[in-house]
Amino acid sequence: MIAIIGLLVGVALGLFLKPDVPIGMEPYLPIAVVAALDAVFGALRAFLDGLFDDKVFVVSFVSNVFIAALIVFLGDKLGVGAQLSTGVIVVLGIRIFANVAAIRRHVFHA
Amino acid sequence: MSEPDAAATEPTAEPTAPAPSAYQLIRRALLHPGRGQVSAAVLLVILGIAGVTQVRLAGSDDEYAGMRQADLVQALNGLQAASRRNEQDIRDLQNTRDSLKDNNDKTAAALKQARDELVTLGILAGTSTATGPGVRITVTVAEDGQLTLNNLLDGIEELRDAGAEAMEINDAVRVVAQTSFETADNGINVDGRVLTAPFVIDAIGDPDSLATALNFPGGFVDDLRPDHAHVGIKKRQKIEVTVLRRAVEPRYAESP
Repeated sequence: MIAIIGLLVGVALGLFLKPDVPIGMEPYLPIAVVAALDAVFGALRAFLDGLFDDKVFVVSFVSNVFIAALIVFLGDKLGVGAQLSTGVIVVLGIRIFANVAAIRRHVFHA
Repeated sequence: MSEPDAAATEPTAEPTAPAPSAYQLIRRALLHPGRGQVSAAVLLVILGIAGVTQVRLAGSDDEYAGMRQADLVQALNGLQAASRRNEQDIRDLQNTRDSLKDNNDKTAAALKQARDELVTLGILAGTSTATGPGVRITVTVAEDGQLTLNNLLDGIEELRDAGAEAMEINDAVRVVAQTSFETADNGINVDGRVLTAPFVIDAIGDPDSLATALNFPGGFVDDLRPDHAHVGIKKRQKIEVTVLRRAVEPRYAESP
């Protein structure tokens, strides 16, 4: 419940405050969001498995975001930023699909 | 990056207890949130802010805002190439325009020349009227006198010699290169029309030259005196030669 309220509060804050993203951070924001989504779906799956642990979630969330941003940053430095960010998105997308499939099995038993 | 999966696969506290169903878990989490949800909620606040911001950025009008340097360079290169192509197009079109303008100018010049020539030739051939300074020569003949064909021809030749550009006799006949003169019973047959005294010759040219040419000793005026004819020469600033002559297409002569 608190988690859902937190998500709604975040959306509301983003809508009302319209925060400005520093120019240097702009390429990393979409990657970070997708990585965070991956962490959230992983946590949801673990929760339904009865294995949810808030410490694990926090660590996975932060490290997911950080590593995704780091990979893209390195890619930018190596001159393959666009390709690497595409690769990161693809990998995270596959993981999100896998987690959502597990969640679906729990909820719908199918 | 694999913590959630690890968390999902690692067995924890009570592996032997009967696993609660998903709905039971959700209901319990909704109704009795544990402290663990607080940290998750904080992270979800961040995710909410970031997600909404990213959606707003992606939906904004500036399509270059979120692009990285390499992409921007590529976009710039593309635009430069397009710009070069367009500049080339502009040059080509300008060249085409210039050449067309040139052609047009040449055509206009040729047309003007042709028109000028038309006026000149029209005056010479007698197909167009002419006005300008000149002289009006009136020849009145006494009862017993006569203006002979030779006298008239002499006079016309003298006028031509003095630079007469257009001539007409008695407002009836235009004198041009093809004009024929013949003696008639009581006058002179010019181009098939019999002209009788008094003769009035209108000639366009320099009035002084024309008058001088006629008054030359032994010339037109001198020759006529014995024949009791009277010649009046009036210099005018405006002489009108209005008689027209039909242009005739040459049948035998052709220009090489």
